[in-house]
Amino acid sequence: MRKPVWRAVLLAAFALFIFGAAARADEPLRWAADGTANVPFTFHDPAEESHMVGFEYDIMQEIGRRLGREVQFTQNDWDGLIPGLQRGFYDMVADGIEMTPEHVEALDFSRPYYMTTERIVVRRDQAGLDSFERLGGHTVGTIKDTLAERMLRTRPDVTLRSYDEESNAFSDLRNSRLDAVLLDGPIALYYGEADPDFRIVGPPIGHLAYGIAFRKGANQELRHRVDEALQAMIADGALHRILARWNLWTPEMADWTGDRSVPNIVPTEWEHYLASTAPARGWTARFYRYVSFLPLIGRGALLTLMVSGCAMVLAVGMGLALALTRRYGPSWLAALATLYVEIVRGTPLLIQILFIFYGLPSIGIRLSPFVAGVIGLGMNYAAYEAENYRAGLQSVARGQMEAATALNMTHLQALRYVVVPQAFRVVVPVMTNDFISLLKDSSLVSIITLTELSQTYVRLSSTYFDYFGPGLMVGAAYLLLGLPFVRLAKLAERRLAVSERRGGRH
Amino acid sequence: MVVFFIMSFVGCLRLPETHPSYDDREIAGPVETGPAFCVETVLRAESICKSFDSHKVLRNVSLTVERGELVSIIGPSGCGKSTFLRCLNFLEIPDSGTVTIADDSIRRNEGPWRSSDEAQAHQLRAHVGMVFQSFNLFPHRTVLDNVMLAPRVVKHVAPSVIESEARELLAKVGLEAAALRYPATLSGGQQQRAAIARALAMRPDVMLYDEPTSALDPRVAEEVLEVMRALDREGMTQIVVTHDMRFARAASDRIVFMESGEIIEIADPDEMYLNPKDSRTREFLGASL
Ligand SMILES: Nc1ncnc2c1ncn2[C@@H]1O[C@H](COP(=O)(O)OP(=O)(O)OP(=O)(O)O)[C@@H](O)[C@H]1O
Ligand SMILES: [Mg+2]
Repeated sequence: MRKPVWRAVLLAAFALFIFGAAARADEPLRWAADGTANVPFTFHDPAEESHMVGFEYDIMQEIGRRLGREVQFTQNDWDGLIPGLQRGFYDMVADGIEMTPEHVEALDFSRPYYMTTERIVVRRDQAGLDSFERLGGHTVGTIKDTLAERMLRTRPDVTLRSYDEESNAFSDLRNSRLDAVLLDGPIALYYGEADPDFRIVGPPIGHLAYGIAFRKGANQELRHRVDEALQAMIADGALHRILARWNLWTPEMADWTGDRSVPNIVPTEWEHYLASTAPARGWTARFYRYVSFLPLIGRGALLTLMVSGCAMVLAVGMGLALALTRRYGPSWLAALATLYVEIVRGTPLLIQILFIFYGLPSIGIRLSPFVAGVIGLGMNYAAYEAENYRAGLQSVARGQMEAATALNMTHLQALRYVVVPQAFRVVVPVMTNDFISLLKDSSLVSIITLTELSQTYVRLSSTYFDYFGPGLMVGAAYLLLGLPFVRLAKLAERRLAVSERRGGRH
Repeated sequence: MVVFFIMSFVGCLRLPETHPSYDDREIAGPVETGPAFCVETVLRAESICKSFDSHKVLRNVSLTVERGELVSIIGPSGCGKSTFLRCLNFLEIPDSGTVTIADDSIRRNEGPWRSSDEAQAHQLRAHVGMVFQSFNLFPHRTVLDNVMLAPRVVKHVAPSVIESEARELLAKVGLEAAALRYPATLSGGQQQRAAIARALAMRPDVMLYDEPTSALDPRVAEEVLEVMRALDREGMTQIVVTHDMRFARAASDRIVFMESGEIIEIADPDEMYLNPKDSRTREFLGASL
């Protein structure tokens, strides 16, 4: 029973690996954004989760159409976007990146495709916070690395809170942990104005431009063609039409493009978004919405299971090798194994995973996110397993090895038939615990673009502003995944107890 | 070679009775057995030296044992008895000296222990069984599995053959009823007898015992000693490190007295007890009687 399951998991992992490699071969236009709850830039259509939408997504599609190339979107965590660009995982990043002097220094940019301002959002009943000056003495939230953050930094009288996810900022605003939020216009519109609890107040603040980012010095040719496409889209009104559909055409855009026409365009995307995120009224609506989450959660659970399963196999095999090396290997090899264990246990898993995915390409080792995740988790847990196994091996009396040697077993035979099986019984309870925590730690691979369970939760909850239902569902999924290991631990303990007692009943 | 022959001859004179063989197949080995009435040297240790760090534990220890003999090694605590015994099957690697058992020989000369040496030791260990003071049975396997394990994985004998042999051996040590029990459920005496059966399953030429009864109370110890006497009657060659003077005197063909890493005296039991040649032997026996 056990074997075929493992084989299926390995096969699936392999397929994923191959698929990743094959996709690279036919050279589509590759661009990346953090599509997790990144409304209205690039995000999963709340009405149809497998569908990517967003005004930047539409702009990129249009550029691809004009360049006659297939467009391939790559999901990546915000913090990984630029490192991934520099590693050449994709050619472009379009994710509301401001063309600040610092950014222009580090990256090449296309011409701007969007101009906007910062806006203040408050709770609907809140009065008096309607200008930048009047924020003084209040707690204000924003997104890190934005113009708004830099502006608020200059205001010692404002208590500043910087967030990674806009949805978290708004949920704190809702819970009165914040008095106001200062954010880029599109975010203020889609999270603030779209929500009956909030409103945008006061005049626009500051000025900012978004551009498509390219790796510094690379892809000049592509950058020029993208610029030409953008220029053409401005000239023939295509950009205007896209932005109007998203209700995002601004006076700043009109000033910049000189396009003062008012095309007769219904903001269909904006309305679609309003309709699909409207809070589900009544229990049945809520129930159906939760049911509609199930395939997504199932997919996340499958990925979590595959990553964890493969990582466990790696951790057990490598951990055993390390432990045996440390106890029985030649001294220089044992020292190396010790060094490995100390390094891995002394550094955070998060750093290790980021290093393997983004760092190793510097020395020519490029791994797919899945393989990098498995290796990161597996190699990390191998160090802990090694310590566990070493303690197990140490718990086996020296005389056992001697007795086996005196019976003319080779070293390996003695380990295999005598020492390891005895160490195993000591090790099993700890090991099953480790497996359960590995399952939970697998959530860390979400930072290298894998949409596993926890990432699914982030996405669902921030799309629907509902942290409760999806939280319970995802939590239940984790428990369900861990259940086999809890059962396994019980079973193993019972079997060991039986084998120790069995003789006594004769 | 000449010395060896003379020594064997002297041995012949001293021990004129030939023992019935434990196993006919093994007596037909390539070793030259000499005159028909004479016995065959099965183990020879020459000038074994062993130090732990700078502490010299064995100094030029030499011993020759003939097939079918039961040799006891006695001596004060810490004199190197265990170390010597463990050098015979290379659980401890001697610094220098030669160990010859049946037709395999390993010569040590201070050098490092290489994997080719380990391969030789593997050959040599095939002739030797060992029984420990603390039994060292494999606790995760039944008594029967303990006995069957090594023949199965080392010699690759067919399981059906191994099992019938193992059950015979267990019967011989009086444990046929305990075959399917786990070691933890046996008394110390039963465990030690199981350990003897386990060692015998590899069909050794020589059995080594390191204080086989020291962990047992006297009544239980007697069960184990009885098994050893029975093996002696069958012609098994046995070397026993022991503090049990009564057993040493009654059952041994020869007794070796060691002190401070040296063999002081080798003699027949009665001769050693009644007429020890060395004052240190006399002192030790006087103290322990
Ligand atoms: N592995 C080892 N490392 C260091 N010293 C050792 C080691 N094994 C034995 N010795 C030392 O070698 C000496 C001889 O030990 P050995 O065990 O051979 O004595 P023994 O005659 O068997 O004593 P006993 O009758 O107490 O069993 C002792 O001083 C002991 O401390
Ligand atoms: Mg000893």
